[in-house]
Amino acid sequence: MAIEILMPALSPTMEEGTLAKWLVKAGDTVSSGDIIAEIETDKATMEFEAVDEGVIGHILVPEGTENVKVNVAIATLLEDGEEAGAAPAPSAATEAPAPAAEPAPATPAAVSEAVPVMNLAPDWPEGTELKQQTVREALRDAMAEEMRSNEDVFLMGEEVAEYQGAYKISQGMLDEFGSQRVIDTPITEHGFAGIAVGAAFGGLNPIVEFMTFNFAMQAIDQIINSAAKTLYMSGGQMGCPIVFRGPNGAAARVGAQHSQDYAAWYAQIPGLKVVMPYSASDAKGLLKSAIRDPNPVIFLENEILYGRSFDVPVLDDFTVEIGKARVWREGEDVTLVSFGIGMQYALEAADRLAEDGISAEVIDLRSLRPIDYDTVLASVMKTNRCVTVEEGFPVGSIGNHLSATIMERAFDYLDAPVINCAGKDVPMPYAANLEKLALVTTDEVVAAVKQVTYR
Amino acid sequence: MAAKKATKKPNVSGEELKEYYREMLLIRRFEEKAGQLYGMGLIGGFCHLYIGQEAVVVGLEAAAEEGDKRLTSYRDHGHMLACGMDPNGVMAELTGREGGYSKGKGGSMHMFSSEKHFYGGHGIVGAQVPIGAGLAFSDKYKKNNSVTFTYFGDGAANQGQVYETFNMAALWDLPVIFVIENNQYAMGTAQQRSTSSPDIYVRGEAFGIPGEIVDGMDVLAVKEAGEKAVMHCRAGKGPYILEVKTYRYRGHSMSDPAKYRTREEVQRVREERDPIERVREMLLTGKHASEEDLKAIDKDIKKIVNESAEFAKSSPEPAVSELYTDILA
Ligand SMILES: Cc1ncc(C[n+]2csc(CCOP(=O)(O)OP(=O)(O)O)c2C)c(N)n1
Ligand SMILES: [Mg+2]
Repeated sequence: MAIEILMPALSPTMEEGTLAKWLVKAGDTVSSGDIIAEIETDKATMEFEAVDEGVIGHILVPEGTENVKVNVAIATLLEDGEEAGAAPAPSAATEAPAPAAEPAPATPAAVSEAVPVMNLAPDWPEGTELKQQTVREALRDAMAEEMRSNEDVFLMGEEVAEYQGAYKISQGMLDEFGSQRVIDTPITEHGFAGIAVGAAFGGLNPIVEFMTFNFAMQAIDQIINSAAKTLYMSGGQMGCPIVFRGPNGAAARVGAQHSQDYAAWYAQIPGLKVVMPYSASDAKGLLKSAIRDPNPVIFLENEILYGRSFDVPVLDDFTVEIGKARVWREGEDVTLVSFGIGMQYALEAADRLAEDGISAEVIDLRSLRPIDYDTVLASVMKTNRCVTVEEGFPVGSIGNHLSATIMERAFDYLDAPVINCAGKDVPMPYAANLEKLALVTTDEVVAAVKQVTYR
Repeated sequence: MAAKKATKKPNVSGEELKEYYREMLLIRRFEEKAGQLYGMGLIGGFCHLYIGQEAVVVGLEAAAEEGDKRLTSYRDHGHMLACGMDPNGVMAELTGREGGYSKGKGGSMHMFSSEKHFYGGHGIVGAQVPIGAGLAFSDKYKKNNSVTFTYFGDGAANQGQVYETFNMAALWDLPVIFVIENNQYAMGTAQQRSTSSPDIYVRGEAFGIPGEIVDGMDVLAVKEAGEKAVMHCRAGKGPYILEVKTYRYRGHSMSDPAKYRTREEVQRVREERDPIERVREMLLTGKHASEEDLKAIDKDIKKIVNESAEFAKSSPEPAVSELYTDILA
């Protein structure tokens, strides 16, 4: 049987082209690699090489023909013993069957049809002994406990070892674990983030501390293109078990380049998990889970919260599952959804609203990827109103995304539009008065709730 | 390589020497005042003082000409004063007031002056380095014959973008002077703990960029090296590297207890290598100035600095409407 030579696709987007010139005629012997034709695409004229050996049987498409579809037979090649000029095979286009336009399956979490159920499970068993601990201590304990139980966990970053951490999170860790496992790096974020990603590919479990997440912008290519996407790109062969952690968001009076909240940025990236704790128990339980997680986890802390104390359970191995929200306060009239330091405003607002007889349910998302949609939706279906609170920029915020999800899945339950309270749409100013205005405030949250409850 | 000393007989006049003394003293007193105001809560956030490093900018500014550009990191107060920016405007920016160079919106780390060709004030370690080469690119493009002084620290010298910049600056013969202010520490990390080679300037060799080490505690040595670098750049020979050995007396920023070095180490530099004391002695032994003359200068400086503090306290906070201005042009 004669072999058909097909019109080649010469670029990823080429659908048809002009057969500009034949460099062979029927009866010519060709071997693989010989140039047999010139083909014009919309971008260039390309030479077309023979792949197989044989004798050209028929030229099916004469030179000069325009709009020749990709995969149409343009010539035949005879195999040994076949005769040139033999009846040409019908030149019906042997187009590759167009892939059936199958719809992409819906995102599992966001559009599930099931009735959402709220996560009201306590993080620790009733009666567990509690101690007061700062977020700073909780983070240190989480890292130290995981490093004790897993040799492959190590910490690297600027000033994490001898200086004990720029914000003193790694206090005492160099002494306990030595300089093999608590490693000071030069100020080379892109480089050491990449080295940590490589170490994770190599089977280790790095914890990378960014002095602040503002500086992780230097490293964001390694975080997103290397850490987040490799599992997918390798067809599941090779993942990146790594934690990138450090303070995120505004501290106090440190100006535009040192005050950004990256929650929404990282939450956008498939392949990452993103966690942003508010309390010390969540800081501890989530960080331990993050270190054990086989995926890259972005762990967003907050400098202002480091010194705050909260109840932390006294348990040998306390973890909090990534992807579960926590209901801090149950209520009937409105759902306040927040995370990280935004919780401070949400909780304060709830206190003040209670004085006015408005009962707010306050949800701490804790995880921003995956998000516990069910807890949010179940709450909104009960209260019929929602206000989101976060410190980051307002455009493309987590609140925007929640609003869209609520609209899609709980539209009929809403008695008022969802309001997103966020930071202002400006770089962080340095001046004390302007900085206050740029951040979200409890007053704004209270006002938003009054608006959605029509008070 | 040993730091180059100034050639034995400095070819500077007594008047010039007095001017350098004045400028260095202004920076020191200004920074001491800023430290005080920080302690009083009038300055917030990060505040990185330049005390100890004064000879670096003063020496290099002495080698600069009108139209030359400069930019640096967050440790920027000294650079601004040395290039002639108004102490009132700098101090008022530190307190976040309307009278500040950025109307209070930038703060200690982020100030600029188009008039004085001061291009910031950069908070991200290393980010100013390619920007400095870009300024030099604009000069070359416009055939301005100006040079750009691009200052960065020993810590910043490890950032990857520095070497991307070295390559392009050499490739395109950009008139940029890379000034590595090697104060031997990047926050709490001593240079030898972060840097694979003992000297940093030698890294330029790989790109064909000449460079040298300079004693940054000697304003005349800095000036001399600066002049040589400037000449190289203006002659169209491309970039030049000055690794200036200096020392910061204070912590990295106001909140750094600086436990990574001994008090004796700091004390020794202060006593043996202080850049201001050195010039003071030259002035006196060379009979360019009397004790009285110097006292008069001190008094004058104190007045300028006190006035800047008063201005910075009394200037109002920016108007609330400023929150939304200057976001887009
Ligand atoms: C990209 C980036 N990483 C980390 C920081 C935090 N940081 C600010 S200054 C500094 C040390 C820089 O040292 P060096 O370059 O030697 O300059 P010096 O402070 O000594 O003038 C660090 C780590 C930052 N601002 N930017
Ligand atoms: Mg330094």
